[in-house]
Amino acid sequence: MSLALDILSVLAISAGAFFFLAGTVGLLRFPDALTRLHALTKADNLGLGLVVLGLLPRADGALGALKLIVVWLLVLVAGATVSQLIARVAQRAGPAP
Amino acid sequence: MTIAVTIAWAFDALLAATVLAVALWTIVTRETFAAVVGFVAFGLLVALVWVRLAAPDVAMVEAAIGGGVTGVLLLGAAARLRGVEAATAAEWPGKTLRLVTGALCAAVAAALAATMLLLPDPAPTLAPEAAANLASTGVGNPITGVLMAFRGLDTLLEKVVLVLALIGVWSLAQDSQWGGLPGPQRQAQPDQSLVFLARLLPPVGIVIGVYLLWTGADEPGGAFQGGALLAAMWLLAMMAGLAAPPPVGSRRLRLVLVAGPAVFVAIGLAGFALADAFLAYPQAYAKPLIIVIEIALMLSIAATLALLVAGPPERMPPR
Amino acid sequence: MAEFLLAAAGFVLAMVALGLVRILRGPAIADRIMAAQLLGTGGIATLLLIAPATGMAATTDVALSLALLAAFASVAFVQGTSGPDDPEATEGR
Repeated sequence: MSLALDILSVLAISAGAFFFLAGTVGLLRFPDALTRLHALTKADNLGLGLVVLGLLPRADGALGALKLIVVWLLVLVAGATVSQLIARVAQRAGPAP
Repeated sequence: MTIAVTIAWAFDALLAATVLAVALWTIVTRETFAAVVGFVAFGLLVALVWVRLAAPDVAMVEAAIGGGVTGVLLLGAAARLRGVEAATAAEWPGKTLRLVTGALCAAVAAALAATMLLLPDPAPTLAPEAAANLASTGVGNPITGVLMAFRGLDTLLEKVVLVLALIGVWSLAQDSQWGGLPGPQRQAQPDQSLVFLARLLPPVGIVIGVYLLWTGADEPGGAFQGGALLAAMWLLAMMAGLAAPPPVGSRRLRLVLVAGPAVFVAIGLAGFALADAFLAYPQAYAKPLIIVIEIALMLSIAATLALLVAGPPERMPPR
Repeated sequence: MAEFLLAAAGFVLAMVALGLVRILRGPAIADRIMAAQLLGTGGIATLLLIAPATGMAATTDVALSLALLAAFASVAFVQGTSGPDDPEATEGR
């Protein structure tokens, strides 16, 4: 059982790390602020979610697991809202010089 | 070297390199706003460094103060300086001055590095004594024990210094505005998504701040960490227009500000009667007393930090 | 397992470092504000991975406060950009 959980953790965390990689590559390669913002937030939120999923089996107790999930929810909500705000800033600034 | 040691070493090397690179960029960049972003990024990274140095208490404070509160303070300063930014950019210091400054900074850094690296191993420390006597304070977190019991006087004086700093900031106001509302008039309708965030985060932040205070007795955390988080949440509500900054002359506000140091001093004086020294806690009541002090401190710290960022009063409240 | 977690944390940190290079260079203001977002999410992931790797449970608490503070910092930056060119906003704080 614990071996299966360990394999699940490794797989989930590796997938999460891959999404972080995808997000960073998008960040480096996309042409303008809005597309970069999209890559950043989508991939990082999903990457963090998978990392949290992989860490849940190793959390100490219900409180530990709850903390992990609260962190992920906070990042999701804050990330979505802040992306809106950043997008508005980008839109106001107009196309990049 | 084993794999674990190699990975740990590589991680720390990468972290150190990133911290140095961000610091260098922050100094070199010419736009004030970009420099403030770099400074906040630097603060968040240094919080990671503290975690690697096994100091989670300090990491929490670094994230809150260095990453959050100081960043907003600097942004306020940058905004007020925006008018003169073009003029000051023309007066960039000459090359010799910059080289000499750089050399002096490098010398200080080298001296600090030499001191750290040449410390005898094991380094002289009072940690074993603190750990040995921790049971008498009733708390399990040695940092809280040192802050609130062994070096309680230092903590008390620091909180008084915080209040004095706030008075210093308030004294920047013009005479006619003493006692007024801090910060300029907000005419804009804040973004609806910001209002949503400012409705959602502060309650969660308050719960987590109180949790940090409570858990600080036995695990890393404490009054300062909780208070800094509460200050950030109040500032968030003020930025979204959901909470109006209180007039600086308000009696209730001033009561909250001095409550922390006042309770601390009161319990300290009671120490004369109950345990024969200033700030000595009677053995049986040590932990409850410490918790009472910490609650009052957390509220004072939250209010003081938020008001330090809000700035001097700039307009009188509407009658 | 601890080595894997620490290695994963190192990988995420490397991604953050790479992303920072781009963002701090990016010409638009919005690019720079994204630095706070990136550091926030990446830093949180790094901390959450370090916690079980080094056995310090308090690291998760640091990640918890970081979640709130990164959002706060990003909001502060966005507020700070409403400058004299924005007719509807006030002088930024």
